[in-house]
Amino acid sequence: MAVESNVIDAAGPYDRAKALSAFKLGDLTFYWITRLSAISVLLILGGIIISLIVGAFPAMKEYGISFLWTQRWAPSADPPVLGALGPMYGTLVTSFIAMLIAIPVGLGIAIFLTELCPQWLRRPIGMAVELLAGIPSIIYGMWGFFVLGPFLANTFQPFMIKIFDGVPVLGAIFAGPPSYLSLFNAALILAIMVLPFITSISVDVFKTVPPVLKEAAYGVGCTTWEVVRSVVIPYTRVGIIGGVMLALGRALGETMAVTFIIGNSFRISSSIFAPGTTISAAIASEFAESDGLHQSGLILLGLLLFVLTFFVLAAARLMLLRLEKKAGK
Amino acid sequence: MNPIYVRRRRKDIIVRGLCIGAAAFGVTWLALILMTLLYNGLAGLNLEIFVADTPPPGSTEGGLRNAIVGSIIMTVIGVGIGAPLGLFAGTYLAEYGRNDRLTSVIRFINDILLSAPSIIIGLFIYGAVVVPMRGFSAIAGALALAVIVIPVVLRTTEDMLLLVPNALREAASALGLPRSLVIKRIAYRAARSGLITGVLLATARVAGETAPLLFTALSNQFFSLGLNKTMANLPVTINNFVQSPYAYWKQLAWSGALLITITVLALNIGARILGAERTAK
Repeated sequence: MAVESNVIDAAGPYDRAKALSAFKLGDLTFYWITRLSAISVLLILGGIIISLIVGAFPAMKEYGISFLWTQRWAPSADPPVLGALGPMYGTLVTSFIAMLIAIPVGLGIAIFLTELCPQWLRRPIGMAVELLAGIPSIIYGMWGFFVLGPFLANTFQPFMIKIFDGVPVLGAIFAGPPSYLSLFNAALILAIMVLPFITSISVDVFKTVPPVLKEAAYGVGCTTWEVVRSVVIPYTRVGIIGGVMLALGRALGETMAVTFIIGNSFRISSSIFAPGTTISAAIASEFAESDGLHQSGLILLGLLLFVLTFFVLAAARLMLLRLEKKAGK
Repeated sequence: MNPIYVRRRRKDIIVRGLCIGAAAFGVTWLALILMTLLYNGLAGLNLEIFVADTPPPGSTEGGLRNAIVGSIIMTVIGVGIGAPLGLFAGTYLAEYGRNDRLTSVIRFINDILLSAPSIIIGLFIYGAVVVPMRGFSAIAGALALAVIVIPVVLRTTEDMLLLVPNALREAASALGLPRSLVIKRIAYRAARSGLITGVLLATARVAGETAPLLFTALSNQFFSLGLNKTMANLPVTINNFVQSPYAYWKQLAWSGALLITITVLALNIGARILGAERTAK
């Protein structure tokens, strides 16, 4: 291995003191460069919070706490009437449905990859699922708009509407008419997008289960499903919940894919086949043309979203940390 | 046969079937999306895409040159600013502050920024750069991308440096190497492929980002290199073209989408191969 010549030169007998002080200076500089870079992470978080609060302040002053439960969104009225209820409803409903689909499927894939899959198939399938996470969200949006939307509106939606027609509650949730742009379409795309997060974290935490525990269960005659249900899942519960929360954090803030297919309607409808909007979709579609109070209201929406995702992600990290500590013991 | 045993077996087979179905479900989406992209995008993919600028509405000639160049410029600047910062910050966490309180706080915050909605980053840069500069600019877009790059690179750098055996560092220190050189000459070298993986993953992450560019770099219809003005870029161009009524614009959008996806997936696969090589050793 090549030892850098300046190290040898510097260590020569004549300028030992000079070399040592050069080392000291280099050490100190490098230490502070890295330390300041690390601190910049905190500055970014501080910057995000401050700039959002400053931007949202006029809207906060104007609308106060009732911003949270006003449904009307009329930015061109004079003065503009803005309320966050529609976008908040859309954000929560789409994320909820997305998790309803993604959790069982994501866990299923993780179980398949760790317990059932033949070794040679493990890498390709694992890679394919991880690549789903790599596809840019605008591509999901285009695909949802041109392929998935029409498909769902022509097949799945009429089917569900017909089945639940006249059933109380469910009939209102699955009410017509079928639409290319709807909360449900957005939720399905979100589910596909967060699938890799649930799967990859579940696979990671499944691997922390000591093999001897599983072997003991197989040894007393458990089937694969019984091993998974009674050994693997209880052992990794905290980690799975952490992964799910992480995926939820992603789903809440996902922007481009949702903007394409949710229809941008601020009205709240009981049907999940009706168009709606989410916080991020509202910002993405209106921000560039907004000004004054309207813009401030959009930033206030962004602040709400940031607070929401911050708590979800913080909870996710705390849970995963707890599991890491347990595994480290 | 014992009926309990039969029931357990049946249940097991059903669940196994569902798990296989779930895996098929996941892989099917990837295949469907890629096929749609290839089908719609390949038709318009020709040399003109790379040499002609985006056409005016209704025109049936033109390409995506300005958008491609703009995307490359902003990605390079974004990664150029974000990667060193993330690298140094990760170095601090893994090398200097291993048992520091500051480290655990920064790691926690970084993990949150890693998954923070990218549209929020866009709002942040809008308030912090676009408003003071009184206008949308390419540099604002690049900064937004940099803010997304930092957490990704920080995370992988820390993980990779923590994998370097301490014996290597101790040996170097025993020879009298000062701490900064131990890190730069020994730890970085031992973790090199892992560090490159991190930068590649970060590049892949920002190459397709649209939301943070929507109101920072905006986009435009002509070829420009000025960093203090709006700059055309692929994601926002796709976003604008795909929802337009003009068939040729739509065709361009699909071709651009294919280009972005191929680039991003190639970066992802490259990073994974590099990372796998390391663990296999």
